[in-house]
Amino acid sequence: MSFLELKGLSKRYDDTVVVAASDLSVAKGEFVCLLGPSGCGKTTTLQMVAGFVQPTSGRILLDGKDITNVKPNKRGLGIVFQSYALFPHMTVADNVAFGLEMRGVPSGERSKRVASTLELVHLGPMAGRYPRELSGGQRQRVALARALAIQPPVLLLDEPMGALDAKLREEMQIELRALQHRVGVTTIMVTHDQAEAMTLADRVVLMNKGCIEQIGRPFEMYERPNGRFSSTFLGKANVFSATRAQAGPTVNVLGYRLPTSDTARVGALEYIVRPEKIEFTSDSAALVKGRVSARAFLGNHWLFQIETPLGAMQVSHANTGLPKAEEGDEVGLHWAPENARLVPRTEEAA
Amino acid sequence: MTSGRSALPYWLATPGVLMTLAFVAVPLVIMLSLSLYPFIPGVGVGEHLTIANYAEMARDEYFHVIFARTFGMAALVTVICIAIGVPEAYVLSRLSERWRAVSIVIVLGPMLISVVVRTLGWAILLGNEGVINKLLLASGLVTEPVKMMFTFTGVVIALVHVLVPFMVLAVWASLQKLDGATEQAAESLGAGLWTVLRRIVFPQVIPGVLSGGLIVFALAASAFATPAIIGGRRLKVVPTTIYDEFLGNLNWPLGAALAVVLVVIVLAVSISANRLVERRYKQVFL
Repeated sequence: MSFLELKGLSKRYDDTVVVAASDLSVAKGEFVCLLGPSGCGKTTTLQMVAGFVQPTSGRILLDGKDITNVKPNKRGLGIVFQSYALFPHMTVADNVAFGLEMRGVPSGERSKRVASTLELVHLGPMAGRYPRELSGGQRQRVALARALAIQPPVLLLDEPMGALDAKLREEMQIELRALQHRVGVTTIMVTHDQAEAMTLADRVVLMNKGCIEQIGRPFEMYERPNGRFSSTFLGKANVFSATRAQAGPTVNVLGYRLPTSDTARVGALEYIVRPEKIEFTSDSAALVKGRVSARAFLGNHWLFQIETPLGAMQVSHANTGLPKAEEGDEVGLHWAPENARLVPRTEEAA
Repeated sequence: MTSGRSALPYWLATPGVLMTLAFVAVPLVIMLSLSLYPFIPGVGVGEHLTIANYAEMARDEYFHVIFARTFGMAALVTVICIAIGVPEAYVLSRLSERWRAVSIVIVLGPMLISVVVRTLGWAILLGNEGVINKLLLASGLVTEPVKMMFTFTGVVIALVHVLVPFMVLAVWASLQKLDGATEQAAESLGAGLWTVLRRIVFPQVIPGVLSGGLIVFALAASAFATPAIIGGRRLKVVPTTIYDEFLGNLNWPLGAALAVVLVVIVLAVSISANRLVERRYKQVFL
């Protein structure tokens, strides 16, 4: 089932743990995103898979074979670098042909495969150009074509959209997703952009401080974050430290009794509500009251900042007409018990 | 205000321009004009313009040999400097910060010592009674001393030692601009170390190799102290010949003509090499 497997993979530099023993298994054809803030170890993990960084401990298995000590040039993985790392002194076609040449593919077949790979990324007419003569998006596609031309078992992408502007990035995301489906190559991508991870990935691996925080499908991870970090890094969230001594339908947050459908969990908890799950309501149904301190229009939705006794809360409403509150308005907030998520509090989050 | 600001660069450039005019342009012009006067033995420089000095150089095989030797030597020194300097610069760029600092001092060390002192050092090493020959004889590898002083080989060795740092510095500057990820990319595509160096790194540092090569070639072709001490009277090159014409034979016009031809050939070789390499590798020069 699992095609690429990381077993207890870790990296330490002197006393600094960059990646703590991590396990991950990736199925054939799957698109996995390593997501996390800078310094979380996601790039180091990718570099270990690529073979450029030697792990301190752990093993990497590719299709059942241990490749932990195999040199990068023998792993045969396709890699797209953040800077694209195109060979500036070679034409687009020569760049794409390089890997095939290293494999001793005869020149006739080589040029056929280069042409078909360039077609795949819509760069057929650019074959004779040099990287310098291309736009950012085109360079990225050359990098992709160069990695795919060798028909690698696994494609590794290191922040491939980092150098593109927002609009182009969105286009390339959709294109990359479609391309990955068409080619069916197992893909691991590193990104710090949660929207990008959710758009592209079959599964997201959320990392923080060298540890894997949570692994899950984007929707599932968004709806059921396992802690403060997951809930705030993947989308926006209102997170409160809550306590509950014994099972019941509410938890205690600063003396307020907030509802939850999770009636069993007790002890030190985190109480998480997504901004879009919160409604404005009349006074009697309000769980908490507050004053609108700021309001922002974001096109498809309105974002409100509400000052409440529990702290500042974020509420977002789809733009279905005029906004439901003005800055300075007193509002009551309400949400359904099943829309609040309860997770155990970790020490680090406290 | 606008005019004041736009005039500033000219003022800043003035000292440099004046220096260049006074110490480069004017002597060159004087040298050129001197080369166009005849030399009359016992009298000195004649009065009527002539191309006799150039005609003599074109005619006399003695000068042909010296020019051929000079530029052959300069070309060989340049090639050896590339062969030594490029790998050296690459290794330097890969060292950790601390070792790099130490290594740069070692690499640049030769440049901090007077050319005469350094060359006399080589004379001690290379002589028939020198350190190298003593070791060779003691080890039994040779039965007679290997002649290195006053030979072409000796001069080339000493010149390479003097000039390699220029090549290292030029190539190193180029390596700074190289995206290290291109090497990783080539590796991930299946290239071994040697292929990465030959196909990916070397073509990208061509601008550095070129500028280093031009510096080394020009300095080797016009080097005086090293050929004079190691090469001696028997192995004449153009600069030592110029010296002899000026101060030995007192034939200033011929010396000047030799100097002019030397400058012209160095310039011509530099410019055409530049053109050729830039055209061949134009993508890395942009």
